[in-house]
Amino acid sequence: MNPVNYLYLAALLFTIGAAGVLIRRNAIVVFMCVELMLNACNLAFVAFSRMHGNLDGQIIAFFTMVVAAAEVVVGLAIIVSLFRSRHSASVDDASLMKL
Amino acid sequence: MENLIALLVAAPLLGAAALLCGGRRLDRVGHWIGTALAAASFVLGLVLFGAMLGYDVEARTMRQHLYTWVPVEGFQGDIAFQLDQLSMTFVLLITGVGTLIHLYSVGYMEHDERRRRFFGYLNLFLAAMLLLVVADNYLLLYFGWEGVGLASYLLIGFWQHKPSAATAAKKAFIVNRVGDIGLSIAIMLMFTTFGTFAFGPVLGATGDATEGKMTAIGLMLLLAACGKSAQVPLQSWLGDAMEGPTPVSALIHAATMVTAGVYLITRSGAIFNAAPDAQTAVVVVGAVTLLFGAIVGCAKDDIKKALAGSTMSQIGYMILAAGLGPIGYAFAIMHLVTHGFFKAGLFLGAGSVMHGMNDEVDMRKYGGLRKYMPVTFVTFGLGYLAIIGFPGLSGFFSKDKIIEAAFASGGTQGWILGTVTLLGAGITAYYMTRVMILTFFGEKRWQPAPDPDKAASVEPGIEVTPGAMPHPHESPKSMTIPMIVLAFGSVFAGGFFSIGDRFVNWLEPVTQFEHPHPPISVPVITGMTVVVLLAGVAIAYLQYGRGPVPVVAPRGSLLTRAARRDLLQDDFNHVVLVRGGEHLTRSLVYVDHTLVDGVVNGTAASVGGLSGRLRKLQNGYARSYAVSMFGGTAILIAATLLMRAV
Amino acid sequence: MSFPLLTVTAALPAVGAVLTAAVPAGRRTAAKWLALLFSLATLVLAAVVFIRFEPGGDRYQLTESHAWIPDFGVRYELGVDGIAVALIALTALLIPFIILAGWHDADPLETKSSRWRPTQGFFALILMVEAMVVISFEATDVFLFYIFFEAMLIPMYFLIGGFGDRAHAGTDGAAATQRSYAAVKFLLYNLAGGLIMLAAVVGLYVVAGSFSLSEIVEARASGELEMATNTERLLFLGFFFAFAVKAPLWPLHTWLPNAMGEATAPVAVLITAVVDKVGTFAMLRFCLQLFPEASKWATPAIIVLALISIIYGALLAVGQRDIKRLIAYASISHFGFIVLGIFAMTSQGQSGATLYMVNHGISTAALMLVAGFLITRRGSRLIADYGGVQKVAPVLAGTFLVGSLATLSLPGLAPFVSEFLVLVGAFAAYPVAGIVATLGIVLAALYTLVLYQRTMTGPVKAEVRTMPDLKARELVVVAPLIALLLLLGVFPKPLTDVVNPAVQHTMNDVRKTDPTPEIEAEAAK
Repeated sequence: MNPVNYLYLAALLFTIGAAGVLIRRNAIVVFMCVELMLNACNLAFVAFSRMHGNLDGQIIAFFTMVVAAAEVVVGLAIIVSLFRSRHSASVDDASLMKL
Repeated sequence: MENLIALLVAAPLLGAAALLCGGRRLDRVGHWIGTALAAASFVLGLVLFGAMLGYDVEARTMRQHLYTWVPVEGFQGDIAFQLDQLSMTFVLLITGVGTLIHLYSVGYMEHDERRRRFFGYLNLFLAAMLLLVVADNYLLLYFGWEGVGLASYLLIGFWQHKPSAATAAKKAFIVNRVGDIGLSIAIMLMFTTFGTFAFGPVLGATGDATEGKMTAIGLMLLLAACGKSAQVPLQSWLGDAMEGPTPVSALIHAATMVTAGVYLITRSGAIFNAAPDAQTAVVVVGAVTLLFGAIVGCAKDDIKKALAGSTMSQIGYMILAAGLGPIGYAFAIMHLVTHGFFKAGLFLGAGSVMHGMNDEVDMRKYGGLRKYMPVTFVTFGLGYLAIIGFPGLSGFFSKDKIIEAAFASGGTQGWILGTVTLLGAGITAYYMTRVMILTFFGEKRWQPAPDPDKAASVEPGIEVTPGAMPHPHESPKSMTIPMIVLAFGSVFAGGFFSIGDRFVNWLEPVTQFEHPHPPISVPVITGMTVVVLLAGVAIAYLQYGRGPVPVVAPRGSLLTRAARRDLLQDDFNHVVLVRGGEHLTRSLVYVDHTLVDGVVNGTAASVGGLSGRLRKLQNGYARSYAVSMFGGTAILIAATLLMRAV
Repeated sequence: MSFPLLTVTAALPAVGAVLTAAVPAGRRTAAKWLALLFSLATLVLAAVVFIRFEPGGDRYQLTESHAWIPDFGVRYELGVDGIAVALIALTALLIPFIILAGWHDADPLETKSSRWRPTQGFFALILMVEAMVVISFEATDVFLFYIFFEAMLIPMYFLIGGFGDRAHAGTDGAAATQRSYAAVKFLLYNLAGGLIMLAAVVGLYVVAGSFSLSEIVEARASGELEMATNTERLLFLGFFFAFAVKAPLWPLHTWLPNAMGEATAPVAVLITAVVDKVGTFAMLRFCLQLFPEASKWATPAIIVLALISIIYGALLAVGQRDIKRLIAYASISHFGFIVLGIFAMTSQGQSGATLYMVNHGISTAALMLVAGFLITRRGSRLIADYGGVQKVAPVLAGTFLVGSLATLSLPGLAPFVSEFLVLVGAFAAYPVAGIVATLGIVLAALYTLVLYQRTMTGPVKAEVRTMPDLKARELVVVAPLIALLLLLGVFPKPLTDVVNPAVQHTMNDVRKTDPTPEIEAEAAK
């Protein structure tokens, strides 16, 4: 099968993820969309690895997975503590960073 | 013998240091230490004088090099002394009169709690003045020049708690500083022209430089002389300087410091000889001041200010004589010395009168004092006769010679100057007779002592009961003895100097000398002088001697009123310089605050405003940050692709 | 390897600063004595440097050189010429007096908690400034110099902003506002100057490939290193701007009156007598040596700025109502003289300018510290609040008068020698500039004597009546400074001997000779 098709799929997944991050307000959904974007990248990397015939892309994909796992830990912790203090998981409620 | 010159300066300097840093311990003996060191300096001067007389006429200049003061590439300022006949004359005058006035001050300042400091300042003055006259280069002369300015500042403002005294002191210093600009620039010009500013090389090479340069240097030296010697247009400080204690007026503002300008011009004779234009300027300044001072002297009711006007006028004579070139230098110095005697004597007499009259200075409130203060009357009277040039007394010899020299300067200039000097002699006779009559003759016009809280002019230390009538009495011995000695000088010095042209011959190696040849014969000039003099005395007698004198001054003519205000000099200064200066500084303070600082603050404010606006983009919504990130990335990618495509 | 004398001289006060800062809260007096001890030890070392320096020897002596950041050719290079030696001596001399004069300035107020340690901080910061100033004088590597030139701002910022003058006209809040305004203004001005200089430093490295002063100067002299005219001018301007802010030269001066007015008197002395000298010193060392041609190109403009500073500073001093601001504007006028002397490019002008830096440091210290004692007594900086002080405190008034006379350059006191040399040097090269600058001496008399008259003479004001005279500690501060003013006024030879050869080197760098006197010039024809 033509590996370029995987790239199309990756691009599609990335776009869905990005749109989700920009549009949705629920922190959990935003978070899952971020994961979706990361996995789209992973798919692209693996496809590239196949296309170029070396292992670089696969190695980067592992890195991404590790980083994503770490990110899930931190991110979910933040969301949970945010929900505890505000009883809401909406990202728009957390706008205290501005002056 | 040469090595004694430094001691001459060092003795009073030591006194000043000891008295000013010594603290209260020296309060009881301070005045005697000061007097003793002044006397020591005088004795040293006499010893050096004796030694100088022992040398050949050609080899009388003594030199002493101590060390190099300012050693910089191409610029050598030495601490080195030169004692020639001219300097010697000054040394003897300064230390001699200085010692007498120290002695006088012991009595005069007896009740002042700060007497020790007063003597410290007097010694400081002596040291600076001696430095001025024995310096062998202009930079060291400048040192002494400013040193006497400082001493004068400290002594005029000695009674600092009186605002008028503090203001007068400041004014004297600042006006003198204007003159000092002249001396600074003259030294710089010498440096760029000759590469040095020592007397020997500069005065020896005046012929090599262009006349323009010499004129410039001459005019700058004249500016300096105007400041120090209170000549028009920098004369305004001298009248106010009478705020100082009377011995100070006698020593500094009559006999010695104010004559420093004459010294400077005579010393720089070679420069002025090479610059006829500068000489003309000197003569004009002298002539104008001689009349200016005389007119001011006529109108003043304050005895010290009348004498100050007279000083100004007499120094005008000297400056005029010095401006005449070799025919005048020696006479300028001779008049300077005789003036030192009689004017110091007159001031000490005035101090004695004030001492007996509760420090009243208004002559209209004196009168009839000759019976109460006989010694003061006689010594003052002799000084009076000397200053008006009564035949046979000191002033006659020295002033007459200047009038002759003025006539002899040739052409129209000669006639104008001759007339001015003659006229000046007449006015001198008039105002001095006025002083004499108002003070010692006529009826008593004494007034009760003013309340010291209200009248700021009362000198402190002397207990005055408000409302008490004065009890004039003769002053103590320590005050009368100096007056008697100075009266001797006033009577005999002129005659002594003139026998066989002694004084002129003595100075001739330094100042050169040409005999004046006036267009009219000398006896005629002398006769004219005597006639003018008698006329002045007669007018004064008619005006003040025949009837009662009002205690409150009449309004007087326009000229009298102007003269009372120093011919409006102060008003001019006030309007133009003080007001103008105030406006200038005030507007500059404003400019500094609003414009110079404003530009900076404005920049800061606009940066702040811009950042305030940019801050609004940060709304705190994570999603909008994400959008901007996304947009930024998209633009970057698009740009990269476009660049590729191109 | 020889003993690193220069490093130790600079490091000693830094060590002192760290130790002073570490003194526990309760031991304030110990911290003061420790700081004084270290400043005195530094003075001893500076004296050793002064003595070890041979005026006739190499241009830079006691040199040290170590690699530091080899990738960029940055070296730790120290060395002193006569000018630096004189200024190090001045710095080391003034710091003990500053510490002694500020003995009680940083005592904690009663209301603060006991853990607060302002005293330790105050003295530690002063020592830190000393260390940085000394190393700036010693550095012969442009980058090394730049680092300390900028780092100096940090302790200075805290000294101005953190320890204000307690004699403030307004309320506490207003005082704090004014003070932080002054401190921020100081910082921003000097940072702006420093950043522009940083660009020029980088530019210099790109052009010359080295940061070493002596290497660049040699390469330029031998013709190995060509610099395009415009490049040289731009680099010169970059350096000069920073130094002109620091010096300060009109119109970059407005930070100085604020900073000096709001800081305590000893810190004000630190600013004007010590830190600002780095600016004028650097003009001599870096601007003239690195960019001789550009310096000559910019001379007319700089001389005009210097003249404006002289007259403008003096006029503004006349118009001040605040004693400390008056002295600040007087300093601006004096810095004008120094810059005039430097850029007149004659031996007299440059020797005079160097002497002026030293003498101005001493005379301003004397005047400002006595003014500080006066202000502490009465609790006001306004001239109008004083009057008749000489009657109640004659010694204080006397020392104040001597300081004033030194400020107006009376002969017999040190500043006269330097001011006259500057005037002569300027006059020889640019007669008009010399004459205009001479007007400054009249204005100087005006502002100092008016200040003296209004504060010290006249009837005694009621608030002044109980004012005590100088205490022993204060006399110890003032008396040596006055003695030094007198000594250098009549015998400046020890200084000129050290300075003259350095000035000749600089004159060679800019390839200038003194104008010959007219008579000699004609004789030569």
